[in-house]
Amino acid sequence: MDSINRQDGKRILDVTDLRTRFHIAEGTVYAVNGVSFHLNRGETIGVVGESGCGKSVTMMSIMRLIPSPPGEIATGQAYFEERDLLQLSDSEMQDLRGKDIAMVFQDPMTAFNPVLTIGRQLTEPLRVHLGLNKDECRHRAIELLEQVGIPDPSHRLGDYPHQFSGGMRQRAMIAMALACSPSILIADEPTTALDVTIQAQIVELVLGIRADLNMSVIWITHDLGVVAEIAERVLVMYSGFIVEEAPVDDLYEDPRHPYTQALLAALPRVDRRRDRHLQSIPGAPPNLLVAPLGCPFTPRCKFAFDHCRKEMPPIINVATNHTAACWWDVTTGKPR
Amino acid sequence: MADADSRSLPGNSSLVVVDDLKKHFPIHQGLIIEREVGSVKAVDGISFSIQQGETLGLVGESGCGKTTAGRTILGLYPLTAGDVTISGISLTNATKSEMRLLRRKAQMIFQDPYASLNPRWTVSAIIGEPIRVHNLLPNDKSRDERVHDLMLRVGLSPRLINRFPHEFSGGQRQRIGVARALASNPEFIVCDEPISALDVSIQAQVVNLLEELQDEFNLTYLFIAHDLSMVRHICDRVAVMYLGIIVELGEREDLYENPFHPYTQALLSAVPIPDPKRDRERQRIILKGEIPSPINPPGGCRFHPRCPVAMDICTTVVPIYHERAPGHWVACHLYPGSTPGRENSSAVA
Amino acid sequence: MTAPPLDQSTSAVVNLIPDELETPPLSLSQLTWRRFRRHKMAIFGVVTLILIIMYAFGGMLFFSEADSNHTDTGNALQAPTREHPFGTDTVGRDILARTIYGGQISILIGITAMVVELIFGVSIGAVSGYFGGLLDSFLMRITEAVLVIPQIFLLLVMARYFSQSIPNIKLFGRTFSGSVLVIIFVIGITSWPYLARIVRAQFLSVKENDFILAARATGTSTRDIIFRHILPNTSAPIIVSATLSVAAAISLEAYISFLGLGVRPPTATWGNMLELAYKYINTAWWLWFFPGFFIALIVLSINFLGDGLRDALDPHSRAA
Repeated sequence: MDSINRQDGKRILDVTDLRTRFHIAEGTVYAVNGVSFHLNRGETIGVVGESGCGKSVTMMSIMRLIPSPPGEIATGQAYFEERDLLQLSDSEMQDLRGKDIAMVFQDPMTAFNPVLTIGRQLTEPLRVHLGLNKDECRHRAIELLEQVGIPDPSHRLGDYPHQFSGGMRQRAMIAMALACSPSILIADEPTTALDVTIQAQIVELVLGIRADLNMSVIWITHDLGVVAEIAERVLVMYSGFIVEEAPVDDLYEDPRHPYTQALLAALPRVDRRRDRHLQSIPGAPPNLLVAPLGCPFTPRCKFAFDHCRKEMPPIINVATNHTAACWWDVTTGKPR
Repeated sequence: MADADSRSLPGNSSLVVVDDLKKHFPIHQGLIIEREVGSVKAVDGISFSIQQGETLGLVGESGCGKTTAGRTILGLYPLTAGDVTISGISLTNATKSEMRLLRRKAQMIFQDPYASLNPRWTVSAIIGEPIRVHNLLPNDKSRDERVHDLMLRVGLSPRLINRFPHEFSGGQRQRIGVARALASNPEFIVCDEPISALDVSIQAQVVNLLEELQDEFNLTYLFIAHDLSMVRHICDRVAVMYLGIIVELGEREDLYENPFHPYTQALLSAVPIPDPKRDRERQRIILKGEIPSPINPPGGCRFHPRCPVAMDICTTVVPIYHERAPGHWVACHLYPGSTPGRENSSAVA
Repeated sequence: MTAPPLDQSTSAVVNLIPDELETPPLSLSQLTWRRFRRHKMAIFGVVTLILIIMYAFGGMLFFSEADSNHTDTGNALQAPTREHPFGTDTVGRDILARTIYGGQISILIGITAMVVELIFGVSIGAVSGYFGGLLDSFLMRITEAVLVIPQIFLLLVMARYFSQSIPNIKLFGRTFSGSVLVIIFVIGITSWPYLARIVRAQFLSVKENDFILAARATGTSTRDIIFRHILPNTSAPIIVSATLSVAAAISLEAYISFLGLGVRPPTATWGNMLELAYKYINTAWWLWFFPGFFIALIVLSINFLGDGLRDALDPHSRAA
């Protein structure tokens, strides 16, 4: 088990036992059910899972962007540079957002205000956090647009979001996120809505930038292909839990959790001849309105046995730096 | 151009023949009197044929026209030029009763599981509609039995026959859509991005279902998608569209292992592979620029502004769509067959 | 009964995946009712409305129509007493009885005018919205023409035009002034544009959904697409609009009757009771108070009901 050592200067973000719920008319949605992970300086981690697994809610909770009714962060700590983000006041969080930790979202169309120019929106964090004056802002904004590969930046500053294509809007959003040189960039499905050739451009852009800026990146996606390209370490989530965590090569070569295995087996590949039949995962993602009891993957798991229903497995070390939360040892074919 | 892509196998039966199909949407301007000032050339001359029992993939990115092509092929949008023949029925010449027959034989599965089912209708009504409309069964009871069977076939519990769409998950709704498409015993189904809106773990379920049904009922599919990995899995032949035209078409393995067109090459290299080692080894071709608008496609070869190997001729001369290798078609000046005057040379430019 | 697993891979444990839904089936009507229940004002509106209807129609058990029309000039303009709890009017008729029978006519006018409006508004809106093109332009110009003319003005002119020598009609063993029909017709004919526009907008939007395309791909006839596919999906705003238009019709009837161009005596409506009260505003408050109170109360409760319906039928909210 990785020891929680905040004194270790390598860790820039350390999250422990985060639980987030939503109280709605039908009941309580158990969105995040005890998530713990860390992010090292300069590292890129990928958080992977399907819809409803809690990947976005986890990050929004850390950023304190969950609306407070109906959302509730029941427990947890999220240490960023010695401060617990979950305990900070609203104004302290506002100060941090955009400056130390920046977020990039999936839909660049709705993330921008359609009635303000790109220049105005890009320079907002500069004005608010860094207190730059108009000329300094403009200069920095042009620099940023160049950095993200937008041609003719000085003219594009005066454009409105609808005048940018989807890929360019996403670049502009990244530029906005980078404005104050944040230590952490959280990207929530940033390329899901983009065409594949544009997605390739954005991935290449981020790969370049993170090296230049030594920035730590959390990349959230459902696409196991993109994660393979961009992440150094991967967290796999299911129904509000982290079910497996490993360095990227190990995860794909030697997945230890039945869900990860099943997910990888269900994927067709563009570089391989077809398999006779894709291994589908029977059933459907679980109902989050039910308080989790036992392992949530049990109804769909090939290896499930009685104990799985009763108790959620703990995070178990299965190899170097590789953990899985499962009662079944897939390598030996026997329960642990 | 009708046999631009017909196969010379004995007894070949092209169920679907698309001949230089065009679909343009006019753009109007003006306050009092609206004038047509231009048009969106969504589909600008595509040709191919599909054999019975085959799955043809139609891939491309936004603005390439693949969805419009699928709908126009079924006659849901009136075509602007060219022709489509399905099971011997030609869209441009069909009588009313032939069109009715076409509606029975050719069906569609839609992308959005939430918008493609009428929220006020029960599953029984939705799946039973084709049966009712075409009077395929004599009474309600036999119709319900057939709906019951269809539900079982697609993996839905028949107990849910009187429920409403909002009570089902995305994957289940998509199965309802599949059952509806099967209800009239069609020969040809256009699958318009049928799995894009589903979770990864559900996608494989639905694709497996489509394949089983194809084997069982000898169905012919036009599979429209942007996910090249899934297309490699399910399709026999693949056509790549860009800005309203087909730039390359070939047998699956030929196209994926040996793509001719620079766009196809870039597209394939851009698709993420869930295998970090392979990813690192890959040569990525990153295209510059954005996808242009179909209102004013670039002159000459439409792809030339983004093409990493564009030549002078590409800016002015439209490359001819020709068969460079058996069953493998491409429109690109890199290959002499595409350049007028050089068709007989076999050297690559 | 569980759905068979599609993938036949071997399992350490036999998995029968239930395709059943965990929540009990809630039809759309049940969801709607649940949402409606949470609106306190809407419940108040419904209850009040029911009480008013019971008053107006149940009151027939206690008073006959003759009672409401029985003149007694000797007893005219009496303030409320035990014998006449709401007082008497200018010719000695009992106001309580007249509010009962007047209420019946006012409510009847409200509902029937709404039906006329529904027929015109839905037909024109549906045809316009579905077919588009020239037909749509033409119908919309007509709609706008009717909208542009102030409704009251139109009502007055038509009421005046039609009201020369209207015969009485006999229905359900009772006699009504034919002007009731005229008023219903006139209100309906001038109110439909609002509904037509709403219906047209709904059609335009619902038409774009994939399930309509699916219906066309199936070969469903245009008639069936309009009536069986699109119309049920536009019912929410139509219901709300129809509900509110009852209140509007009752108010309109009050206006024109008050101006003397509405329903003719001796048939009572709350509106024409106000007309007679005009001269006596300060001296005989009971002449205008009671009919006015009922008008205000019914309009208010219908509006609350309409608000509640609007929120309950909101198609975007799927949570109960």
